[in-house]
Amino acid sequence: MTTEPARGNVLEEQIGQWRGFVRRRQAISAPDIEEMEDHLREQIADLESSGLDSEEAFLVAVKRMGNLDAVSREFAREHSHRLWKQLVLVPEADGGPGARRWRELGVMLAFAVGAGVAVKILVSAVDDEMALLRNLPFVVLPFLAGWFAWKSRAPWRVCAVTAALAAVPALAVNLYPFTQTPGPYPAPGMTEVLAFTHAPVLLWLLAGVLHTGGRWRSHEQRMDYVRFAGELAMYLALLALGSMVLLGLTAAVLSLAGVDLEPFMEDWLLPFGVPGALLVAAWLVEAKKSVVENIAPVLTRVFTPLALLMLVADLVVLLVNGPLTTVDRELLIIMDAVLVLVLFLLLYSISARDPLAPTGIFDWLQLALVGAALAVNAVALTAMLTRIAEFGFTANKTAALGLNLVLLVHLAWSAWLLLGFVRGRRPFTAVERWQTAYLPVYAVWAAVVVLVFPPMFAFA
Amino acid sequence: MHIDKDLVAASATPLVLGILAEGESYGYAIVRRVNELSDGRMQWTDGMLYPLLHRLERNGLVRASWGRSDAGRRRKHYAITEAGLEALAERHEQWKVVAEALRQVWEAAAHPPRPGAAPAGGFA
Repeated sequence: MTTEPARGNVLEEQIGQWRGFVRRRQAISAPDIEEMEDHLREQIADLESSGLDSEEAFLVAVKRMGNLDAVSREFAREHSHRLWKQLVLVPEADGGPGARRWRELGVMLAFAVGAGVAVKILVSAVDDEMALLRNLPFVVLPFLAGWFAWKSRAPWRVCAVTAALAAVPALAVNLYPFTQTPGPYPAPGMTEVLAFTHAPVLLWLLAGVLHTGGRWRSHEQRMDYVRFAGELAMYLALLALGSMVLLGLTAAVLSLAGVDLEPFMEDWLLPFGVPGALLVAAWLVEAKKSVVENIAPVLTRVFTPLALLMLVADLVVLLVNGPLTTVDRELLIIMDAVLVLVLFLLLYSISARDPLAPTGIFDWLQLALVGAALAVNAVALTAMLTRIAEFGFTANKTAALGLNLVLLVHLAWSAWLLLGFVRGRRPFTAVERWQTAYLPVYAVWAAVVVLVFPPMFAFA
Repeated sequence: MHIDKDLVAASATPLVLGILAEGESYGYAIVRRVNELSDGRMQWTDGMLYPLLHRLERNGLVRASWGRSDAGRRRKHYAITEAGLEALAERHEQWKVVAEALRQVWEAAAHPPRPGAAPAGGFA
């Protein structure tokens, strides 16, 4: 090329400036910029060879590349794990991002206080501990759902339908004529415990509909909710740890002065603090997204190999020491817990994974993890089935077995899809899609346990 | 000639897949090929091609790999996959139906029935 060096330098400088502009769009990653820069340079070279000088060529090439705002929005839409950056990138017209953040904080605090007041009213309204426990999720989660609805601007029809659906389990757990075990200390029956442990799951998934702003059919939105739930759990754990340390120290200092913190804690701190922490955590997940976003993949990478080791050890022990001596519902519940743990690890590594990244050792590890979980479950289940055949079904056993089946289908098909992915037969989206497509099954199962089980097992 | 942007968007996927079916390629070459095919009458916003290519990659319709250009710059190459060829065939069928329907509409529009020449006994 015969361009004089000074010309070339000017062009390099301009391209450098352009690169700087693009880099500020957080939705466009470094490799994407590299790809577009290559495009820009080719275009400039072509235009120059058709007679334009380098400055004109640069201007035309940049213009053809298009409006950077529009292009980066398109990038953000395609890379849904960068989706939130869309919000950063398109500041709202009213009052700018600063004012919006303050308003958001205010609304969140209002919902948090509302949840606290609701809990306080519930505590003073009912004196039966059982009634308190089973109604807690129904008074706290609506505030979280309300926050979702406000944040995602869910249409009011979606809100109304979701609220109506949520009212069904609320009425069921309170109006079903559950029988208690007779005796001097009446304990709640099996179906009652099952109903109020499964109701929060149902509510949580219903709240997800509002989190998606009514677009609950969209797989990207569902995945976003899964990611949200995981990060919420992490924030909640951190907040709980910190609060416990603080409370412990305060109680210790106060006791030196002869003041007992406990009545205040029971009457005010817990009813307002716990629901408050939930809403603050929900707000933090959205407001400080990039913080935990970076931790989740690290945690899954640390715990996936460890969980695999644990499962292999379980399998060896089960096979060597078998046949199992105590095969009861306890075993089933433990197996369900194992599957849930593996499922969470799987879901979070999937939600944190870049779908375009090539297959790596970690994907094999994950496949091994799911495989090991399925093997452990198979060994335990075969032992279990013979016992159930002998002693018949109770509500608890049916619930545990049903959940096991629901989880089994989820994991087995995930394993099959993962196998296809690591062998290069299937795109990663297939694995991702299956996770989000299966989510409603959990809502249906929880609804069955809450609504159908009690009448089926005579409210025992 | 200005072509409506919805039309450009709708035809982008089959165009890209079709061009990649001719052989492995990269972003700028795809845009140049679109210009050739349309005699320069279809102008894409070049930047929009990349999110589209990434979507096709994520859905497994194309496969990407980093290579080098003649000038030694890193360059991302795209090749169509089996699933991509299937998707292309499917799109082809869809466009055939649309094109056939449109053809009949154009023909009818070229020989419009005279307005007002309703047969006797029609709606008054």
